[in-house]
Amino acid sequence: MADRQIMNDQDIKRALARVAHEILERNRGVEDLVIVGIHTRGVHLAQRLASNLSEFEGSEVPVANLDINLYRDDVKSRMSPRIRPTRMPVDIQGKKVVLVDDVLFTGRTVRAAMDALNDFGRPQQVQLAILLDRGHRELPIRADYVGQNVPTAPDEVVRVRLIETDGIDEVAIVRAEE
Amino acid sequence: MSLLNAIETEAQPQIEAAAVRKRRRHVLDLDDFSQQEILEVLESAEGMSEVLHRDIKKVPALRGRVVVTLFYEASTRTRISFEEAGKILSADVINMSASGSSTEKGESLLNTGLTIQAMGVDIIVIRHPHSGAPYLLAQHLDRVGIINAGDGIHAHPTQALLDLYTVKEKLGRLEGLKIVIVGDVLHSRVARSNIWGFVKMGAQVILCGPSTLLPLDMLRPSGNDDQDNPLASVQVETNLDRALEGADVVMALRLQAERQNGGFLPSMREYIRRWQVTEARLSRANPDALVMHPGPMNEGIEISSTLAHGGRSVIEQQVTNGVAIRMALLYHLSAGGE
Amino acid sequence: MFGLAPDTILIKGPRIIDPGRGVDEVGDILIRDGVILASGTISPDDIPEDCRVVEAGGLVASPGFIDIHCHLREPGYEYKETIAAGTRAAARGGFTSICCMPNTDPPIDNSAMVEFIRQRARDEGIVRVFPIGCVTKGRKGKELSEMEELAVAGVVAFSDDGDPVEDPNLMRLALTYSSDLGLPVTNHCQDLSLSRNGVMAEGRVATRLGLPGIPSAVEEAMMARDIALAELTGGRIHLAHLSTAGSVPLVRQARERGIPVTAEVCPHHLTITDEWVLGGQATGTGTGESFAYDTLTKVYPPLRGQQDVNALVQGLAEGVIDCIATDHAPHELISKLVTYQDAPSGISALETALGSALQLVHGGHMSLITLVERMTVGPARVLGASFDHLSTLAPGTTADIVIFDPDLEWVVDPNEFQSMGKNTPLQGATLKGQVVATMVQGRFVYQDGAVV
Repeated sequence: MADRQIMNDQDIKRALARVAHEILERNRGVEDLVIVGIHTRGVHLAQRLASNLSEFEGSEVPVANLDINLYRDDVKSRMSPRIRPTRMPVDIQGKKVVLVDDVLFTGRTVRAAMDALNDFGRPQQVQLAILLDRGHRELPIRADYVGQNVPTAPDEVVRVRLIETDGIDEVAIVRAEE
Repeated sequence: MSLLNAIETEAQPQIEAAAVRKRRRHVLDLDDFSQQEILEVLESAEGMSEVLHRDIKKVPALRGRVVVTLFYEASTRTRISFEEAGKILSADVINMSASGSSTEKGESLLNTGLTIQAMGVDIIVIRHPHSGAPYLLAQHLDRVGIINAGDGIHAHPTQALLDLYTVKEKLGRLEGLKIVIVGDVLHSRVARSNIWGFVKMGAQVILCGPSTLLPLDMLRPSGNDDQDNPLASVQVETNLDRALEGADVVMALRLQAERQNGGFLPSMREYIRRWQVTEARLSRANPDALVMHPGPMNEGIEISSTLAHGGRSVIEQQVTNGVAIRMALLYHLSAGGE
Repeated sequence: MFGLAPDTILIKGPRIIDPGRGVDEVGDILIRDGVILASGTISPDDIPEDCRVVEAGGLVASPGFIDIHCHLREPGYEYKETIAAGTRAAARGGFTSICCMPNTDPPIDNSAMVEFIRQRARDEGIVRVFPIGCVTKGRKGKELSEMEELAVAGVVAFSDDGDPVEDPNLMRLALTYSSDLGLPVTNHCQDLSLSRNGVMAEGRVATRLGLPGIPSAVEEAMMARDIALAELTGGRIHLAHLSTAGSVPLVRQARERGIPVTAEVCPHHLTITDEWVLGGQATGTGTGESFAYDTLTKVYPPLRGQQDVNALVQGLAEGVIDCIATDHAPHELISKLVTYQDAPSGISALETALGSALQLVHGGHMSLITLVERMTVGPARVLGASFDHLSTLAPGTTADIVIFDPDLEWVVDPNEFQSMGKNTPLQGATLKGQVVATMVQGRFVYQDGAVV
């Protein structure tokens, strides 16, 4: 069955630009902001968002990477995923953290990310920016900034491809049997 | 694909690959690790290392898991290393030490293992004076993972992995490096596991020491025609100066006093004269060559004090990396179902 | 010892292999009152109406196998094996006569103990049991036992097996006395200071596994000594369980010089090597995965290399080695569930001996008649002329017969063993060749997969 493309590279670019503006609007600028990307693709999206923010505002925004595999609640049920390096170059104490990930689904990844953040300090606020919200939340978690809302069936697979990791920018839905 | 697997889009390729790979149950020696698997462990250790440098050294990954360290040989550093590794990952770590006297025999070893298993423990880390003791447990305990923390003179896989990690971290690669291991290789479980590890990763391994203390017949081709000896590339050199030419890593092994009594060496003085690793001898190695030692050191015997504490020594980093590697292994053995 | 079997039995149609008479032909065997009446082509007129016919077409019939080296563990170690269980195992393995070693507790070093064994064998044994007496009192290696008393009581040989006779002077005396008595001395050759704390064959595998090794010299040094002493005394030395390549030329040379040396080899030393200690061979135990350091491979002499195996096979084929002996050494399994260093040595071998040995025939290393010779005539010759009647199918001799299928494939399952000893590295392995029936003095003691 053919893949169903949801976003192409232009869609992604526009969505990230809009999200960046929304972040600036809501936070009234970049003061005290820290953008934290969740491995793997969240990291690249965070980088792009931070670029957008500094381009629009004219000042640098700190970016950090977070690997949440050591905080998962389903460690027992899957093969051990690779641990990627967490880089937290700034102190998040008292800061406004914007977590960035590519897809928001059950919400468990974001929950794990919030646990991980706690081990680095106590932010003033945690906001969530997501490229694609596909529904089916299992926890009371919602995104503050959404690139696109796409209802999906639970057994569908959402495939996000980014230039940095996959050579192209695209979000598609692929059939379960693949 | 199940709901669970669909959670992480970035994890999908991993899961597909992982599904064909059988989950590792035990870490007994490095001879059954593929190059791929060693790389994965080193990569995880890097992530673990970052946790070690945080202010709050705690992650919940192994919460609710129970790890027992069962040491039949006295050891402070290795046991503390494992204990720390487990605790940082939020596992509950219980330390047991038992007498290794042969009068107590191994029967209590298996019974001890079965008892521990019956208590619902997840991982046993065992150190034992008899080669093969961890294999006895692995053969008969089907609900516990076994990590070998050193068995007799046979293997010490976690030490070898941390040595590999240290070298990769410092020199950026493993393939093609010239690794020289000096000393009583025959009786060193650290050396043996390192031989397997470095060979698998494509390094050139050279063993140097008195020929009575080198495992020569292990390196010869096996009698069967259809099996190449995987250790065929390992070289042997009794002259230390020749061995050190162009070396990237020099690993000095602890020389035990018993070896002299056992007739393996003419005298300690002769050993020092011919095989002590010193600054002067090291001039033949590469300028960036690393000096390593699994510890504890006999300064002034297998290694000079100046070298042990000098600029090229990475002996301290080995210890730090030991915790990260052990965290990585505990994580890999705990995570994941069938 | 065995009740009269008044039946007339006709074993119909097997391939009859009777090495003592050079017979290898399809025929019938007629038995009455425990004695072979006729063997070979039998005219139908000579077959009585009331005889019981045992169909054996497609199978092989030969004299029952003779094992000159096994351990029955009784008295003193009945938790490992008993004479009853050991003889049942022998029957299942096709052995109609077995010689048991005296390393029991108390050891067989006086006539009362010999009589004990014989009585137990009469009461509970189902095959013939011949005791071997100790060379030294208490097997302590210090003083010679009362060899004449033992001979009169009925021992068939002397041995301190389990241990060597270390003192060369004592061995010299033993050979001299036993020569007068017409009995052989079997030595378990092991230079104790050379073997130190070795637990497996010295070599690549031992080094890789970090286990102390036992070099070939441990056996060969003492063998050379014993051969020299045999030459000196004219006494008959039998070398137990050869395991090294170097032992074959030693024996060959001694033979050529006319020294009365005989030698035996065990099935495991003819078929498996020290590579088995690395694991990954038979299906293993416990979790179903095969691990290294399986103590079921621990045996003395140890499993050695392929070159040793090849030399021993060659030596057996040529007849330099006289016979196969099982060295059946049952141990309670729990004693093996320890580290390799701590485990006792020994393999429970009576029931797998034929299947293992037949690998030599299937592999083209020797003919079936030669193999049968090494398990019948060969051992009988080591024991002496009085045993000839047990290793032949000649008319007028006692009907000790084994019927086996040399091509039947079967998987070794120690739980099916008659022996109490389940300790074999062959667990889970497939062997080709199995005993179908065993007859002692005209009566079947094993038939249709069960002890009768």
